[in-house]
Formats: sequence, C-alpha cells, structure tokens
Amino acid sequence: MSDALLQVELVAADRLVWSGEAKMVIARTTEGDVGILPGHAPMLSVIIEGVVDVQTADGETWIAAVHAGFLSVANNRVSILSEYAEMAHEIDLEKARKDLDRAKHAGENDDAAQEQLRSAEARIRAVERAS
Amino acid sequence: MALSVREYRARIKSTESMKKITRAMELVAASRIIKAQQRAQSAAPYARELTRAVSAVATFSNVDHPLTTEPENPTRAAVLVVTSDRGLAGAYASNVLKEAERLIEKLRAEGKEVDLYVSGRKGEAYFKFRQRPVVQCWTGFSDQPTYDVASDIGATLISAFLNEADGEAHDGSAPGADEVHVVSTRFRSMLTQEPTAVRLLPLEVVEGTEPPEEGELLPLYEFEPSAEEVLDALLPRYVQSRIFFALLQAAASELAARQKAMKAATDNADELIKKYKRIANQARQAGITQEISEIVGGVNALADAQAGNE
Repeated sequence: MSDALLQVELVAADRLVWSGEAKMVIARTTEGDVGILPGHAPMLSVIIEGVVDVQTADGETWIAAVHAGFLSVANNRVSILSEYAEMAHEIDLEKARKDLDRAKHAGENDDAAQEQLRSAEARIRAVERAS
Repeated sequence: MALSVREYRARIKSTESMKKITRAMELVAASRIIKAQQRAQSAAPYARELTRAVSAVATFSNVDHPLTTEPENPTRAAVLVVTSDRGLAGAYASNVLKEAERLIEKLRAEGKEVDLYVSGRKGEAYFKFRQRPVVQCWTGFSDQPTYDVASDIGATLISAFLNEADGEAHDGSAPGADEVHVVSTRFRSMLTQEPTAVRLLPLEVVEGTEPPEEGELLPLYEFEPSAEEVLDALLPRYVQSRIFFALLQAAASELAARQKAMKAATDNADELIKKYKRIANQARQAGITQEISEIVGGVNALADAQAGNE
C-alpha cells in the first residue's frame, strides 16, 4: 500500500474547498489530533475547530482552518466535512485577530463565544503555520 | 374610437416603459438563476458526503437517536413553508402556499395540530392577512440563502421536535412538534418547478439519493469517540443540510419562475403596444378623413351658395 495515495476532499457547506491526492492528512478530533496515512481503517470521527494539514503527493503542505465537522475515511478516501472551512491563503488575518479579541472579551461561559474563540485561533494558527 | 390619438400615444408610452422594466427584471433573473444553480451545485458535495456518512452510521450501528424515533401518538406537527420575499414571479408563491394548505388540511384531518414556520415575506404576509399564528418567520434572503440561515432554521425545528419528544410539555410555552414537514419548491428544470411537501423529522431511513457507486461496499467504520456521539453530531447537520438544499432549490425556482413571468409580461407588453398602435393609427386616419370631408363639405357648401347668388 506504500504507493497508494489518499483521495482527499475538504468540503464546506457551500463549496468544495480543496480536493486532490495526499500522502498524509492531520486533523483534530474530539479525542486529539489524528494523522491519516494511506491504508487507514475506515473511520468516522467528529472534528473540532482546528487546523487541517494535508501533505500532498509532491511534498507540498496545504493548511486549512475548519469549523466543527466530521472526518470520514474509507478505501483511501478522506472526506473532511465542515460547515465552514478556509484554506490558509484565503484567510483574512486581521479579521481573525479581531474575532479573537472579541471572543476573548465575550466571557468564558458563553458556548458560542468559546466556539468563536477556537475558530479564530484555528485561523490564526493556520496562517502562521502556512507562512 | 372613443379616445383621441393623444390618449393612445400616452398609453403606448406607458406600456413601453413598463416593458423596459419587465425586460430588465427578466434579464436580471436570468443571470441570477445561473448563480443560484452554481450555488446549489457547489453545495452538493457536502450534502453527498453527509448522506454517505449518515447511511454508513445507520447501516452499521443500531443506535436509536431521538431524531430518528417515531413518536407513538403524533399530535402536533410543525410545517416549514419556504416562499419568496418578493412577488412578480408568477404563481410561484401561491403554488407553494396552496401545497402548504393541502398538507395542513391533511394533517388536521389526521388529528394533528399544526404549527407554522415560514420563510420569505410572501408567506409571512399571506398568513398574517388571514390572521393565522406563525411561530417563527425568516425573511430577507430568499434569492440567495446562506448556510447560516439554514442552520438557524434547522436548529429551531430540531429543538421544536425534541421539545415534544422529550417531555409532555403541553402547556404551550414553546410549541413542540412530533413531526416536521417542509413545503418548498423543487427545481426540475428552467421550465418546471414543482411545489413539494416532504417530512423532515423524524428522519426516515436514509433515502438512497446517492447510492454508493457500483461494486463499492460500505466499509465497516470505526467511530470516534463513539457511534452515539458521531450520530449526535451528524444528524442535526444532516437536517440542516437538507434545509439548506431546500432553500437553494427554492431560490433557483423562484428566479426561474420570475424569469418566466417577466418574459410573459414583456411579450404581453409587446402585444399591447402593437394593438394600441393600430388603434391609434386608425384614430389618426379617421381624424384625417373627417377633416377632409369637412373641408370638402365646406367648399361645396360655399360653391353652392355662390352659384345660388349668381
């Protein structure tokens, strides 16, 4: 299976964000980060706001920030479903920083704010990793 | 020939300016419809993957989920009616509303109370005029719905559904529902759009809208953290994506209906202008004929009078 590649699809609710072949995909699930290599057992898991790393066949790395969603792996096909997803180069860093500030001030007990906070952090991390 | 030429000219002019407006609306609808279709297409991968995941979970685990269990004695139903924000789209809104009325009638006959949820100003106005209570309204997006709206609507409907399913909160504080129906318009082609009523909740066994490709068996999935939790996260999103899809279809249908209606209006205006032009020309000719015969008559009378004098 060493020469097999993963068919990756990163899908947001309103568009297909990225699709292509990859050697490895790293995503953050509720249990922690998982790395998916070709030949991975079929899996369905819940992912949380975070950064998705895709290492393509020719050694490039694509980084994307995603909202909560799912990861499904079967027959070397990886689909990452998320309501919102952005590739690192599409992210507006200024806006993400502002969102982060706003979310920080909204208080710790607010679930929506917490979600905002994590998503803003994920976007900033994605940009920093990509650059 | 009751009217003067001038009045016909005025009518032709006003019809012409009306025609310009309807033509413009036709063109705008035609260009937007392409965008709406593209949006529906780009939302398709998400819906497809989600359906695939849901069917995988449904096939390989026997987990009962509140969203899939049928209530034993359904007494209340929620109906979401998806209409447009603006008119001038032919029978688009009234077709949906007619279908909704039919469904409500049917549900009442089955002994269920009906709660209305409406999207689009046309539907809101319709029920308000008839003084029928509407639980919640969403307006202002009918020709380009976003996922945010869909997830908001989805969350509302799901919580209504869970309300009733969980406890006997019949005090009417927050109306629950034993089932949720959606009435919207399905986009078949540029020429046909059908109003349809679908039961959204409880979820039926996943429809085979996107069956796995030939020879591809659904693999045995591992669930992380657990099948229940995956399902918990998956099903609400599935519902929301269904609603999003319905909204996108409705948007495309609305634009198609508007384009068709405006095309008919433009054609009618053309016809009307032609008719008025003919009548105006007739009136003009009649006027000229009358003037000539008056002059000729006058000349003859003068000539007769002179001949008599001599």
